[in-house]
Amino acid sequence: MLSKFIFLYCALVIVITGILAVRFRNPVHSVLAVLVLFFHMAGLYLLLNAEFLAAIQIIVYAGAILVLYLFVLFLVNIRQEIKTERFVANHNISKFISFLVFLILIAVTQSFRLGTPGKWTTDAIRQATHTKALGIEIFTSYILPFEIIALILLVAVVGGILLAKQDKQEVVMAQKEGSGSLTRGGKK
Amino acid sequence: MIPVTWYLALSIILFSIGMYGFLTRRNVIIMFLCIELMLNAANLNFVAFSHYLTDLHGQVMTFFIIAVAAAEAAIGLGIVLALFRNRRTVYSDEINQLRG
Repeated sequence: MLSKFIFLYCALVIVITGILAVRFRNPVHSVLAVLVLFFHMAGLYLLLNAEFLAAIQIIVYAGAILVLYLFVLFLVNIRQEIKTERFVANHNISKFISFLVFLILIAVTQSFRLGTPGKWTTDAIRQATHTKALGIEIFTSYILPFEIIALILLVAVVGGILLAKQDKQEVVMAQKEGSGSLTRGGKK
Repeated sequence: MIPVTWYLALSIILFSIGMYGFLTRRNVIIMFLCIELMLNAANLNFVAFSHYLTDLHGQVMTFFIIAVAAAEAAIGLGIVLALFRNRRTVYSDEINQLRG
């Protein structure tokens, strides 16, 4: 009963903050709404006995990725952003498409059946502690994907720095132009 | 015990919200944020299945999805920075150089 109540609370907050994040005029408010959403997602993970993933959700998503978004948001001129149009010109079609996808997915859910259960029951996980159980899975049957994901992260970080790096020529041009740093933002 | 279909329904709603935002917003940064919402919907599905099937494979997959999301955020925001430097805009409908 209590778990149902907690689920409904988390679900309600997730849906409301999700819609708010899409609708907010100010992009900083959008990012903060998504922050609240991620915290409640971590609450749902706790409800599903996934403590390690709940911690990862808060540390990586709320702590690292959203901060990255906030830094890039400095590009946007907030005063101008609040005045300009938020949505693309023909957004009614997009609304219709996403609603159609929603209806199709809900209809598909009716035919859902759970498969055969595995060996990690809640008691087994509790006995080994969740982090250790997850570690055993990752470092035995998922060792190759784990190495590949390490490589992907390395390539992504190097690529991200390379894309964001300013050329010396561009710096000189920007100084001549008088616009200076990138933080001014806005459309010229 | 919460039925697994509740988690599925919440995941579907969250995915639809993310898709709606991605298709309608003009700001590229908010569009990336909506991709994160959709990835989170998938994560929730994986963890729910993992719990109800008493198997950890779904949670390992969630772990990988979070890593890929971090990589995607780094690359995507790098692209936004490069785009802003060249075109001085972050609005998706103003990036129409290839239209001719």
